Amino acid sequence: MSSKTYITSYCHIKNNSIFLNGELLYKAPEKESFVDFIKMAYKNLETDYSKFFKMDSLSKLAFLGADVLLKHENVVPEKEENIALVFSNNASSLDTDRKYQKSIEDNDNFYPSPAVFVYTLPNICMGEISIKHKLYSENSFFIFENFNPEYLYAYSEGLIQENKAEKVLCGWVNVDEEEYTAFLYLVTKEKTEIPHTIKEINNRF
Amino acid sequence: MHKIYLSYNNIVSSYGFNSAAAVNKIKDEITSLKLVNNKALMPESFYSSLVDKEKLEEEFMSLNSKNAHTTLEKMMILSLSKVISASKIKITERSGLIISTTKGNIDVLEINSTHNEGKVYLSELGKAVQTHFGFLKEPLVLSNACVSGVLATSIAKRLIKQDLFDSVFIVSGDLVTKFTVSGFNSFQALSNEPCKPYSKHRTGINIGEVAASILVTKDISNLAPEAVEILGDGTANDANHISGPSRTGEGLVRSVNSALKEANILASEIDYISAHGTATIFNDEMEAIAFNRLQMNKTPLNSLKGYFGHTLGASGLLETIIGMHSMHKNTLFASLGFDEIGVSKTINIIKSTAAKNLTIFLKTASGFGGCNTAAIFKKVKH
Repeated sequence: MSSKTYITSYCHIKNNSIFLNGELLYKAPEKESFVDFIKMAYKNLETDYSKFFKMDSLSKLAFLGADVLLKHENVVPEKEENIALVFSNNASSLDTDRKYQKSIEDNDNFYPSPAVFVYTLPNICMGEISIKHKLYSENSFFIFENFNPEYLYAYSEGLIQENKAEKVLCGWVNVDEEEYTAFLYLVTKEKTEIPHTIKEINNRF
Repeated sequence: MHKIYLSYNNIVSSYGFNSAAAVNKIKDEITSLKLVNNKALMPESFYSSLVDKEKLEEEFMSLNSKNAHTTLEKMMILSLSKVISASKIKITERSGLIISTTKGNIDVLEINSTHNEGKVYLSELGKAVQTHFGFLKEPLVLSNACVSGVLATSIAKRLIKQDLFDSVFIVSGDLVTKFTVSGFNSFQALSNEPCKPYSKHRTGINIGEVAASILVTKDISNLAPEAVEILGDGTANDANHISGPSRTGEGLVRSVNSALKEANILASEIDYISAHGTATIFNDEMEAIAFNRLQMNKTPLNSLKGYFGHTLGASGLLETIIGMHSMHKNTLFASLGFDEIGVSKTINIIKSTAAKNLTIFLKTASGFGGCNTAAIFKKVKH
């Protein structure tokens, strides 16, 4: 099938570094924990969004990756663009699930918090991005054993072909113990140098 | 373009281990919610609908599975096995599998769980189901809060349209666990009586558990009697709040409009709405506002939460299946628990089970993260 969709921009967050279209945007010392790194990155990138600090790690990671990419693409809330979100990962919301489980494990030390519980769903990070960028769009969160570009490709293509979305912000955001990775890319109908194909997605992962 | 159908289906619930067991009780307006006294789940007693675990073990034995499975896996495998055998479909590389769940095997994180903690990964749950039936392609596990079950039907349809598969089996399920019960309780969202969707006297939700499965296919040659065609579907975010529904119903309105546009029908052509109706103050109010904005305030509507409670990642599929049977029987099922209207806009809540010719129904769901999904189904004329 010949591709009529393209990748305009992509973003990586890994090893305490943030890359936009393959170029280093920010780097923190490798010794920093994820929690400190993501806060430093937030400040350095002049994100200015106070809700960021109440988010869990998965939401912080996804939010910052999306913010870098959408800002670069001049997406502003006023335009209310129809950009679908199609995210995936391996660990779902396990990072926060484990925290929440600890808070309810012991009946004598039982302190469930709604502010923690709400983040025990992986799609919450898409909600955070939708709120910031005013995206009233399609969203779905998939869990795979490993990054699965075949499904992401087919699903994004379908959304654009069936006019469910103008563009699709797609990718992988995973937080599990101290390991984390984000890879997000924007699929559009506007012609760019990168055709939207499984091979091109894989090459950039 | 091929038409796509929802066909053979199954519900494993406290009513029994097939769809008919649930439908027959619902027809008679009998709830499966019971007062549960189980300190391992919650210190106080609470209303819930729980699958009979002894009967589950017994039925599951008959499947001769060699692997050690969790309770949720047993419920899912039992449910899906009935759909696969009824459909007579041979699993090939053109057969897809979608698992719809919010928390999967979250109970394996409990200190006294006998299962390997690795089972908590949703991809492992997917793999357990995949391996049991010999699906050749990796399953898609969908975890999109309380819209997952409806969204799964939409995703199945879209993947068939993209020619990845000819048929997709969906299995959905979530357990009642200390994790989810305490979480909803921390939001003060749990009702201490059977829930009363849209009622003036509603005080919150009940959590229930089921596994529900369905076949989504483009093959018209061997459809179930209650099969429906998916005319259109859509998902939209409220872009407003992560744990509270939009005050204006924005996302729900947009998702229904997206589904109507694709279905190419008018709101007035919908015969029945199977709504979300969790019985929280804000959710039910939001839905009433949305259905008024959509000019669907006269369309008969129910919430099935009074029968099963809120079954999380399964609810959307469970309620779609009940909706299919409702159409097949040309019967509107009562919105159990409803008495006096308790939302600010008029909506047409089904007060008692009644006969009506039904051709098209709308299923909606809304969930944490601000997501809303709508799907429109049309009866297949045999």
